[in-house]
Amino acid sequence: MALLRVKVWRGAEQGAFQSFEVPRQASQTVLDVITHIQRHLDGSLAYRFACRVGMCGSCAMTVNGRPRWTCRTHVDTVAEDDTLEVAPLGHLPVIRDLVTDMTPFFDKWARARGQFSGARSRHDDFARIAPDDADRRQVDAGIECIGCGVCYAACDLVSWSADYLGPAALNRAWTLVCDARDAANPARLRAVGGDAGCHACHTQMGCSERCPKKISPTAGIAGLKRALARALLKGEL
Amino acid sequence: MRRNDLRARRHPAYGAFLVHRISGVLLALFLPVHFWALGQSLQGAEQFDRFLSWTALPAVKFAEWGIVVLLAAHLAGGLRLLALELLPWRGWQKSLAAAAAAIALAVGLAFALAL
Amino acid sequence: MSARSETLLWLAQRASAAVLAFCVVVHLATIIVAVQGGLSAAEILARTRGSVLGLVFYTTFVLAAAVHAPIGLRATLGEWLGWRGAARDAVLLLFALALAVLGLRAVAGVFGGAA
Repeated sequence: MALLRVKVWRGAEQGAFQSFEVPRQASQTVLDVITHIQRHLDGSLAYRFACRVGMCGSCAMTVNGRPRWTCRTHVDTVAEDDTLEVAPLGHLPVIRDLVTDMTPFFDKWARARGQFSGARSRHDDFARIAPDDADRRQVDAGIECIGCGVCYAACDLVSWSADYLGPAALNRAWTLVCDARDAANPARLRAVGGDAGCHACHTQMGCSERCPKKISPTAGIAGLKRALARALLKGEL
Repeated sequence: MRRNDLRARRHPAYGAFLVHRISGVLLALFLPVHFWALGQSLQGAEQFDRFLSWTALPAVKFAEWGIVVLLAAHLAGGLRLLALELLPWRGWQKSLAAAAAAIALAVGLAFALAL
Repeated sequence: MSARSETLLWLAQRASAAVLAFCVVVHLATIIVAVQGGLSAAEILARTRGSVLGLVFYTTFVLAAAVHAPIGLRATLGEWLGWRGAARDAVLLLFALALAVLGLRAVAGVFGGAA
């Protein structure tokens, strides 16, 4: 039976790669490989997953140097010479083995004012927004984010500027800036401007390149830059 | 915290970023020298001629060619960036990067032929 | 830095980029044509001295570059050398002024004076 050589990160911030040999299977995913190791080779391996179908965003890891969702990544597409290197997701504190602490990532969503704040109550009528409304299309393009952190790990700016909110939080903010029902603008624009916000982005596009949902946070961040410029010229900042 | 290595950075837009940043830094360092040298040499036609004969040296010519290529690369990368940030784009960013590279190459060749 | 001042810098960077894109194309075309068949100081200065169009064009060019280059260096210094804050910004303001002064001096040398 064909074998896959897998190097897996063990430890926390300090640690080392440990090698395993895992039998190849048809249509095997990277998450299948990690699960095999944990169930059959070393029960002490820590990793995180939930849905296994690309919905929950909890299984992202660094596979052969690139951030990926492991449950929907086939070994065939990423193995080089029957070898895999699996490490925890980058730019986040490592708790143990393949498990990272996502707290800084989600704290930045909050700092980017990623919460919807509506102005209507249950007594008001529904907002009516046409399917072909230009703003609604912008929202549609960014709304399917599953919060996996792949873009955050892919972006160099996150490691170059520690306070940088990152692609996911800014993409979330952009979907709210474009949401006609939301009432928190332009305060939200003030929260996402500045050198910790959208202006730190230099369109390296690692986020758009690696997003498993094919979202382009770069496009949303560019939208925020334009919205901020318009707000400045109108004297709203 | 794990940082990215080259494997994570191997994609066209990252290359475009690196070319833009490095050419930008080199041009920013070159600009004051360029302005100063021009200003000095323009104290009189004789000094200017001495300056021009210095620029005829092969090494200086090669450096000039390098600066023109840097300028063309930074220009093309900048047009790409303006298009990305200011136009409602979807999916053609790789064509933009390729167009930027082509413009830089074309200007470099044109200058090399003119030298 | 605040969203307001950062947006202002972003706007200044993009506006100067648009001006520079035009100026660089004209400048590159001019030097590619100019260097053909060699240069002499007298030739160049005879063509440039007293040219109002040249004076206006290159004054605009120099001022746009003096705005553009320091803003680009600002991000690079912060991200690659970890130098942020008021001291960096003050040094870059001086750099912008130096670029403007040196550049305008060179422009005056080439385009000023009698025809």
